[in-house]
Amino acid sequence: MVKTHVTMTVNGEAAELLCDTRATLLDVLRDELDLTGSKEGCSSGDCGACSVMLDDRLVCSCLVLGAEAEGCAIETIEGMADDDRLHPLQQTFLEEAALQCGICTPGFLVAAKALLDRHPDPTETEVRYWLAGNLCRCTGYDKIVRAVMLTAADMRGEPR
Amino acid sequence: MTTNGNGSTQGNGLKWVGKRTIRPDGVDKVTGRAQFGADFTLPGMIVGQVLRSPHAHANIRSIKTDKAEALPGVKAVVTSADFPELPSTFEAAGEVMLNFRDMSCNVLARKKVLYHGHAVAAVAATSVAVADQALALIEVDYEILPHVIDVIEAMAPDAPLLHDDMFTIGVEPTPDKPSNIAKRVEYGLGDIEAGFKAADVVVEREFTTKAVHQGYIEPHAAVATASEDGQCHIWCSTQGQFVVRAYVSKLLGLEISQLRVTPSEIGGGFGGKTVVYLEPLALALSLKCHRPVKMVMSREEVFQASGPTSGAHVWVKVGATKDGRITAAEAVLKYQAGAVQGSPIMPGCMCAFAPYDLENVKVVGFDVVSNRPKVAAYRAPGAPISEFGVECVIDEVANKIGMDAIAFREKNAAREGTHAAYGPRFGPVGYTETLRVAKEHPHYHAPLGPNQGRGVASGFWFNIGGDSSAALHINEDGTATVISGCPDIGGSRASLVIMAAEILGIDVDRVRPIIADTSSIGYSFLTGGSRVTFATGMAVIQAAEDVVRQLRERAAMIWEIDVEAVVWENGEARPSGSNAGEFDPLSLGDIAAKAGKTGGPINGHASLNAQGAGPAFGTHICDVEVDKETGRVTVLRYTAVQDAGKAIHPSYVEGQIQGGAVQGIGWALNEEYIYDEKGRLENAGFLDYRIPVASDMPMIDAVIVEVPNPKHPFGVRGVGEVPLCPPMAAVANAVAAATGLRMADLPISPPKLLEAIDNGL
Amino acid sequence: MRYQAPGTIDEAVAVLAAANGGAQVLAGGTDLLVQLRAGMIGPEVIVDIKRIPELRAIAVENDGFRIGAAVAGAEMGEHAALKASWPGVVEAMELIGSTQIQGRATPGGNLCNASPAADCVPAMLAASAMCTIAGPTGRRDLSVGDVATGPGQTALGKGEFVVDFRLPERPPRSGDAYLRFIPRTEMDIAVVGAGVNVTLDNDGVCTAARVVLGAVAPRILLVPEAAAALVGARLDDDALGRLDAACRAACRPIDDKRGTIVYRTKVSGVLACRAAAIAFERARTS
Repeated sequence: MVKTHVTMTVNGEAAELLCDTRATLLDVLRDELDLTGSKEGCSSGDCGACSVMLDDRLVCSCLVLGAEAEGCAIETIEGMADDDRLHPLQQTFLEEAALQCGICTPGFLVAAKALLDRHPDPTETEVRYWLAGNLCRCTGYDKIVRAVMLTAADMRGEPR
Repeated sequence: MTTNGNGSTQGNGLKWVGKRTIRPDGVDKVTGRAQFGADFTLPGMIVGQVLRSPHAHANIRSIKTDKAEALPGVKAVVTSADFPELPSTFEAAGEVMLNFRDMSCNVLARKKVLYHGHAVAAVAATSVAVADQALALIEVDYEILPHVIDVIEAMAPDAPLLHDDMFTIGVEPTPDKPSNIAKRVEYGLGDIEAGFKAADVVVEREFTTKAVHQGYIEPHAAVATASEDGQCHIWCSTQGQFVVRAYVSKLLGLEISQLRVTPSEIGGGFGGKTVVYLEPLALALSLKCHRPVKMVMSREEVFQASGPTSGAHVWVKVGATKDGRITAAEAVLKYQAGAVQGSPIMPGCMCAFAPYDLENVKVVGFDVVSNRPKVAAYRAPGAPISEFGVECVIDEVANKIGMDAIAFREKNAAREGTHAAYGPRFGPVGYTETLRVAKEHPHYHAPLGPNQGRGVASGFWFNIGGDSSAALHINEDGTATVISGCPDIGGSRASLVIMAAEILGIDVDRVRPIIADTSSIGYSFLTGGSRVTFATGMAVIQAAEDVVRQLRERAAMIWEIDVEAVVWENGEARPSGSNAGEFDPLSLGDIAAKAGKTGGPINGHASLNAQGAGPAFGTHICDVEVDKETGRVTVLRYTAVQDAGKAIHPSYVEGQIQGGAVQGIGWALNEEYIYDEKGRLENAGFLDYRIPVASDMPMIDAVIVEVPNPKHPFGVRGVGEVPLCPPMAAVANAVAAATGLRMADLPISPPKLLEAIDNGL
Repeated sequence: MRYQAPGTIDEAVAVLAAANGGAQVLAGGTDLLVQLRAGMIGPEVIVDIKRIPELRAIAVENDGFRIGAAVAGAEMGEHAALKASWPGVVEAMELIGSTQIQGRATPGGNLCNASPAADCVPAMLAASAMCTIAGPTGRRDLSVGDVATGPGQTALGKGEFVVDFRLPERPPRSGDAYLRFIPRTEMDIAVVGAGVNVTLDNDGVCTAARVVLGAVAPRILLVPEAAAALVGARLDDDALGRLDAACRAACRPIDDKRGTIVYRTKVSGVLACRAAAIAFERARTS
């Protein structure tokens, strides 16, 4: 089995490993780097539970080969909080009960952060379409969308 | 905080109950730290994979595993030969009856494979790649048999037969030929014929529903390890660690004490993780090689081989007088069980007409096997299907006599004292409250535009109590740990902490919850039946009351007064009156610090079989818009009103309501299992098994109504399951209002609706 | 299986041509990785073309556009000039999958996966896009409509791959649009797709049109009769009726788990009419 040598940065830290050619970035994050916050829900890019940032692009890590991440900057859920300060999205998700079982939550948070970083003032429709690639079976999306809208207002310094 | 004798709280002086606290496991969940089933690893762990049947129905002539076993890296291979043969017996397990022989055969096929994806063998190897190679080396000689998928076809006398020892139970006389009909059940009251004779208006209709999957985002996952002396440990994503322990020990012939099961965090269940699939396989493999074995289902395997709920054929007939009184109601339900018997036909029958006060009612049900995966519970199992048909016909009857849909339901509503169609008399129930709130809600009066329609539907579920245990340990500094045994699917931990803090009178942040494994807490039945906040909550309350009793005794000891003279209020012990003595109050921390000197550690325990679960009702309003050129249905607005008895944590109650409503909308519009002509599942993935995405849905306005359940100290009723009962009919009724077309076959997918629009029904 | 990421087109051609056990070009990976995992393909080497700079660029050229085959959908959506000139091409690409998929999926991949339901291709074909193909014998041009030859099959020979898409200069008063029908609002494969590209004269009469249907035949379908229904007319009820009829007549769909023959045929006409309305409106205001 041929292995590929890959160096990348993950959440700002250098990572270096030998990865199976067939291994996805998700496999690498979870199995080689012990970053199990990104989840495997479907392995076909349909559920978004594996969402990470790859060079500032929101992607499904199950659809990226580990080898493709050479020289790239990866951000996962584990890098979202700043020491013991949760990101506003994480805090608002807790306050607004925007999670129930929590399996989809890392994917939603990474995706929502990508949204607000680019579009600080989204409408409800824009939030829903941006997050359409993140499946949730527990919440019916209501509280998730509300939490994202509330956080957007907070981050703009506007009243909710 | 005191409770009076008959179990309800005094006054409204609740400090924590009803507050939207931050859930104690929340930070781990939003940072990715929380460990779900597939996140768990052990040193030396190897992986297991399952060989699955490519055929819908076939005899297994032989299985040869020697080549697989010889492959370097393969540590163990198991087939049904490694599992004891179990007799066919039925045992009660919560809401369902289970047959362990059938369960064993579903875990690993014996003489036959009964559905595409049926597990035939499992291997454990040093990597997934080696395991997959090993699967390819297992030689199975199949004799393909004709198959049957559809429930009506499976009931036909000449249908391919799945089990040659299946003789329909519940039919007189017992048939002398086997069939695919496992069972017939019947419920009723009064005189149906007389009832229909007295009706001015009668509506009857046939409905079909397709199998739909619970759709949890986390695939099944388990890690099992067995040491050389037969001590076993399983970590798994499950709704019931004690149930896993019971089933696996039965299936593998272990003593229960040999097996310890630790539940991971669970990424959704909805009833689908109340059974075992991988756990017995992983443990059987580990018993052979004494290495920890990890098994995780792929998404495809989840759809192919874990239980969806039944697809069904439903016939409903309702008669009413022209001033709106239902005089008779009848239904015949035919449910798919999947490959082995056990559809939720009984709850389906029992719940069908439960929202209504009826003198004459008859429901007949059939449990039918066919070559599909064995069904598993899905949120109020059986009830959403029958209630779909009933709520559609109720709507049609109301329309026919010119009565408003809610007014018609109010006129016939079950109330306190109503003799339910399925047997008991209701205590206080909140159905009419939900109808009133729905009727007065602005949604019900909002104007509608062209091609838009509004539908209403109600739903019911009995909810259960059952076995729960809880412990409450007081730490030396006055903080507390509440320990219970029901996995937290939707935020129940937060409610248990609230209830414990309320009784103890301390801050919620000083109570930490633990969901314990089977060796660390007393027996607790699974998370399901909407029982955790009710039954485990009751156990937590009793454990807390036990602690409060001990705290009063310790204070009495410290003050050298009688324990009757000590009260516990606001987290402190005080003398009950001035004649008891002048003492400064003692906080929980004060007493805990002196625990050793006053008799030892202070811990409360409770184990109970919770009685008095309160039935619950919901009423939903749905607005849709129909694109008449494409048949696409858009849900514009949705309101779900539900009686929660008492919402311990309102946000998580709302969450249950919203999540169930959206699952129901998916069931109504897009979700279905699609089989090809060979009986193989075509859409075993989230691409073509279409659950609602965020852009499909509007906000779901969840309105909580509280008609307390007198049998629970805080008035709690289960909330998790009712929300899935109304939505399909609410959507179908809305589509009927928008188009004039009564779509009776779910899902109401665009091709079907467009066909009906263009060509009529 | 090996992985290689060549830095030039010629390097990539060499690797592809030399592979005996089958080579697969990797652009966005959103189809390839799914197929790899399902065991549908088992190449000897994966050739990642994303390190070739020209393939990742969008450039204005000869008043038209050159879009590298490995440009991501999200990048196309962020290119203001491309979006302004060819909103139909961009919206078609942007309909593919989710935001996450958009971060990776490419027009080259969408084209060469050769699904009959590809979303980007109908709009590209309506726009008369040409592809540059690089291979062992040099470069050649192919209309985007001639690359796929059947479901999962392309006209590419051993060692060849698509390098870029070229959109022509846009005449004034032109507009394009792409619509697709899916049962949900996102995340589904197109049940029917319709791309329309029109040019109008100063009176709003159509002088040129191309109508392309997706997911209704083994290949993406250019429908000349549908275009003929529009040329010489304004978009009145007669023209719409003719357009609808022409599309229905041209369809050769199948029944599958995503749609029926009857359904696809009817909706092809509905979508073509709706897409034409948008294209005409864009042409009027361009």
